[in-house]
Amino acid sequence: MAHFTKATSVKDWLNQRLAIEKVEKVMASEYWIPKNINFLWAMGMVLAITFTLLLVSGIFLLMYYQPDVKDAFYSVNYTIMRDVDFGWLWRHIHGVAASVVFLIIYIHMFTGIYYGSYKKGREMIWISGMLLFVTFSAEAFSGYMLPWGQMSYWAGMVITNIFSLGGLHMDGLVEWIRGDYVPAQAFLTRFFMLHVLLLPLAIMGLIGLHFAALRIPHVNNQDGEEIDFDAESKKYLAGDKAGSKVMRFANDFMSKDMMVVGIYLIFFFYLVFFQYGFALDPVNFDPADGLKTPAHIYPEWYFLWSYEILRPFSVNIGLMAFGFAQVIFMLLPWLDRSPNAVPASRRGAFSIWFWLLLIDMIVLTAMGKLPPEGIFSTIGLVAALAFIVLWIALPFITMNEKKA
Amino acid sequence: MHNSSRRGFMGKAFGAVAGVGVVGSLVAMKKTWDPLPSVKAAGFTTLDMSIYPEGELITEKWRGKPIFVLKKTAEMVASQTESQKARDVVVGDSHFMIAIGLCTHLGCIPGYNAAEKSFLCACHGGQFNWAGEVTKVPPPRGFDIPPFKIEGNKMILGEAGPEYQAMKDSGVTL
Ligand code: HEM
Ligand code: FES
Repeated sequence: MAHFTKATSVKDWLNQRLAIEKVEKVMASEYWIPKNINFLWAMGMVLAITFTLLLVSGIFLLMYYQPDVKDAFYSVNYTIMRDVDFGWLWRHIHGVAASVVFLIIYIHMFTGIYYGSYKKGREMIWISGMLLFVTFSAEAFSGYMLPWGQMSYWAGMVITNIFSLGGLHMDGLVEWIRGDYVPAQAFLTRFFMLHVLLLPLAIMGLIGLHFAALRIPHVNNQDGEEIDFDAESKKYLAGDKAGSKVMRFANDFMSKDMMVVGIYLIFFFYLVFFQYGFALDPVNFDPADGLKTPAHIYPEWYFLWSYEILRPFSVNIGLMAFGFAQVIFMLLPWLDRSPNAVPASRRGAFSIWFWLLLIDMIVLTAMGKLPPEGIFSTIGLVAALAFIVLWIALPFITMNEKKA
Repeated sequence: MHNSSRRGFMGKAFGAVAGVGVVGSLVAMKKTWDPLPSVKAAGFTTLDMSIYPEGELITEKWRGKPIFVLKKTAEMVASQTESQKARDVVVGDSHFMIAIGLCTHLGCIPGYNAAEKSFLCACHGGQFNWAGEVTKVPPPRGFDIPPFKIEGNKMILGEAGPEYQAMKDSGVTL
């Protein structure tokens, strides 16, 4: 075609060169969303907004942060927190968002599990989502290193030691990851690089993949109903908006989404201004000291459940259990043998499985925070074993499920 | 046919060039992450072993890691089992427990309780006795012993002397 005419308007000028009207249709006004969904379907948008908050606040922190073992602690706790006008705001936003993003991710994941939104063509959505979870975890961990406080140092020590893989004694690998015998300058600078460039790039790429994976199967709905999107969208475009089972992504669905986002943002900024303490560990307000371990080392709350799966066992078994916990969610679409993509409440034994898993992970989280002594050790061990048993049982529970 | 085989050749030729490039880049990337020579060179510490008080745990530093030095009391020396003797380091006529002060589980520094003469790791609850042996999991083995060489009253950490080599060969330390 490549034939251009004199433009009648700016829009027409752009349209001839970039086909903006077509793009708008494909991406928004003719991207169809089922009507039968609830506020839990807004969590994806809440996540996208939270990621944006992390990105913007991170850019401002980056202007004063110094990735140097001598200056890092000072640059965060004095320069950014006291000298820079509104420096505290960016730090509070960044810290609170890093914590809250995991809460929303967990809600988003468990919504997916509850409604069976990981099967019947939605496997790639699930896999890209889990890859996002893994990358977000790495992003959170690398960011935690940057203030170079006591928790940064010792979390860095303990987590990188996991790569010696227990009985395999891969100490060379651990030193390679650190660039030193212990976490030191080389370690800090490379984790800085990962945190501000490589991992955010990977996250943005994965968010693109996640959205692309949604395109063909579309989002699920509250009844797991298989909707004929072609037929329903024709009905809608023909004027039968009320009779159609779908609506436009923009502006119809967006307006609902943004309503939830608005409520979320009020809650979020309440935390930023008045309750930011939970996101900043007091132990990390002591500068890193390689000759003194803090009395209790625990990760941020969102890693506690998997940490608690590592802790009660001897080192090799602990690492195997930990590895199991890291990959097992990824396999969910294949471990669930039932073809029913309906809410858990209509799936008999699966519904019990779902609630047990959720409760077990909350128990693991609580035990992970407590010192590994006495009754807490025992509860932690039982919960860790229960986690493994639940996942092993899943294929058998779902194999004989009746057609819902 | 003629055409497609020519394209096939071009594809393979490019594949070969790209393959060499990929392997080369991976090597460079791996090496860039290696510890720097300056880091490796700064790996020696000399200790004067005549200054330590008996029965008290002193922490030194080597390669950024804490090193436990415990001069054993006569009572401890007398009560040593065979396996404890195997880890014993003798300088002149003093007996020492020398160890890298990092838990062999995931590397926290266990705390020493002088009254109970034992170490407790707060991270995941591991325990060690005064001789450096593990007494409660998750740590898989006793404390690691740093490479050392004895010269008169001095001990050089980072260099493997015959006493250390013997411990390593017999599997007392990694
Ligand atoms: C920052 C990270 C993430 C962002 C920005 C994000 C974004 C989104 C968005 C916008 C949607 C569509 C709206 C919705 O159904 O909520 C979505 C759907 C979905 N996401 Fe994510 N997501 C993220 C992480 C994850 C994770 C960790 C998982 C879990 C494995 C996951 C699994 C899913 C699933 C299964 C759906 C389909 C839901 C359905 O069809 O009902 N996502 N995501
Ligand atoms: S690091 Fe000492 S018990 Fe885990």
